[in-house]
Amino acid sequence: MLTYTIRRLLLSVPTLLFISLVIFLLLKLAPGDPMAQVPLTVPPDVKERMREALGVGQPWYVAFPKWLYQFFAVEPLHFVDAAFGTSLGEGQQRVISWQTRSPVMDIVIQRLPQTLWVVGVAYVVAILIALPIGIYSAYRQYSWFDNAGTFVAMVGFSVPPFFSGVLVIVIFSVWLGWFPSIYDTTHKVSDWESFVFQLKQMIMPVMVLALQITSQLARFMRASMLDNLNQDYVRTARAKGLGEKTVVLVHVLRNSLIPVVTVIALGVPAIFGGAIITEQIFKVNGIGHLLITAIQANDLPMVQTLTFIFAVLIVLFNLVADILYGILDPRIRYD
Amino acid sequence: MTDSRIPVEQAEPVTTPRSQWADIWDQFKRHRGAMWGGAVFLCIILMTIAGPWVYWNDPKFVPTGRDFLELRDTRPIYVALWESSAKVSWTHPLGTDNLGRDTLGRLLAGGRVSLAVGLAAMLLSVFVGTLIGVLAGYFRALDGILMRFTDLFLALPLLPLLLVAVLLFRDRLSGLFGPEGGTFMLIVVLVGATSWMQTARIVRGDVLALKEREFVLAARSIGTSPPKMITRHLLPNVMSPIMVSATLGIATAIITESALSFLGFGFPPDFPTWGKLLFDAVDRMELYPERVLWPGLMISLIVLSVNYIGDGIRDALDPRIRGR
Repeated sequence: MLTYTIRRLLLSVPTLLFISLVIFLLLKLAPGDPMAQVPLTVPPDVKERMREALGVGQPWYVAFPKWLYQFFAVEPLHFVDAAFGTSLGEGQQRVISWQTRSPVMDIVIQRLPQTLWVVGVAYVVAILIALPIGIYSAYRQYSWFDNAGTFVAMVGFSVPPFFSGVLVIVIFSVWLGWFPSIYDTTHKVSDWESFVFQLKQMIMPVMVLALQITSQLARFMRASMLDNLNQDYVRTARAKGLGEKTVVLVHVLRNSLIPVVTVIALGVPAIFGGAIITEQIFKVNGIGHLLITAIQANDLPMVQTLTFIFAVLIVLFNLVADILYGILDPRIRYD
Repeated sequence: MTDSRIPVEQAEPVTTPRSQWADIWDQFKRHRGAMWGGAVFLCIILMTIAGPWVYWNDPKFVPTGRDFLELRDTRPIYVALWESSAKVSWTHPLGTDNLGRDTLGRLLAGGRVSLAVGLAAMLLSVFVGTLIGVLAGYFRALDGILMRFTDLFLALPLLPLLLVAVLLFRDRLSGLFGPEGGTFMLIVVLVGATSWMQTARIVRGDVLALKEREFVLAARSIGTSPPKMITRHLLPNVMSPIMVSATLGIATAIITESALSFLGFGFPPDFPTWGKLLFDAVDRMELYPERVLWPGLMISLIVLSVNYIGDGIRDALDPRIRGR
């Protein structure tokens, strides 16, 4: 298992390098000019020097390794500096956003908690709802609960987030006036009242994100339970005289969870991608929102960093899913 | 030794022989969700195609002067049921927008674009997926490289890249094919190019399994050339997974197009698609919720119906379920 993990980790390095090169070359084609916002009174030769200082116009085989060095050597050094108060990365050029002229990673780190908070809560809520629904639907297959659950799951992943989000805003904040339609990220939780407010403003984005994940997970859980419920070991467990609760919740559930856990791991990066739309609807200024504004403002270093972070998430969680599968299911041996 | 062989009775088939497709159709008909989905899907398609001939309002017509003030912001006709003072008119059943354009007309016109994008992107993605899957499954030399390529595509963050690519190429293609045609091609190609991976994987797996079967060996032993082998023997046998992923591909393509339009990276303004209509209406949804509800409802309905059809086809093509 360890050798397998190490081999996979080593293999993901060229994958990530190649993906970053693809992103880099794609962005190299972008028509934008970082000097578009600079006043016209600035003479052209000064502008040219400013462009040079930003590293625009270099051929890709010069710019790409430089970006790699900045991203993988300079940025971690600065991170260590900020964490432990050292000065390892001092004087080294960081990846600078064209929009704000400040280091990209600083902005990303500012925005990350909002995304993680909303996405993380949504994911946990979705898992907590989906698993019991899936288990009960499978246990009572073709009952009214199962049929209703299947229908809701179907609706859940057919309704796109940009409609369900808008729909809940119309219903809960326009007609009923229960929840605010805009997520206030500057809000600080200090007492009970502000905690209730935080809860209220989180309900809608979490609901929208969770609906999609729930419907997928519940269907998957149901299918996985159904596969196991007819197995011989279940009959053996019942024949031994074990209670129905033990049979279903211990024997069947533990075996059915193996594929579901990997699906949960695989879904994490997709959720970050889906959060782009949800963040846009509820005006949560997380990294999805940051990406959209960066693309619109032609802020290429920012776009590149964020896209690459998304790619890292995908590769990382694919790896996690594969390893989890190997650990949880002793029948699977990769080596 | 006496000849005790009893002549074997030639059992006459009681019914006419049935083809595989008739069986599949019978099974499909039993799936109630799929039949409903199919009915809704056909209904929406017919509505969007026949709409311009039956419906009297021109979606592009923008009233000017006095007409503009009279026509703009009409509410749908059903609002009059609970709000007697609402501005409604029978000539505009679903009302008009803030420029006085007819909502139902725009909904029909937008549906045609959304469905066209969905179908075209689905065809492209199924074509690419099948091609790569068959090549990787049939030619061992290509397998490694093509599957690494597929894995690579699966690891790309697609939505961010789609947004970037739309921004990069929109102006260039608009110059070549006009703003509408250029964006149409761009979105179809982008959606098609980023959704073929699942099809490729499934097709490759099936082709790998089929390749070991006797009929393929027999075909090879009489000297069938690889292209003939693929088109004659392999493709017909992998039709079922291809059909399932084709149906589901329509849903993905429509959702992706709407998401792009919703984020403001889709078709140019004044060119309605369902996602674009939804996006335009969000700013004023407190006053006019119907402008958000109808396009959103159409997207959800079409995706839901397509998903149900996909479910039905999958069940119908699975011989283990058939006949139960």
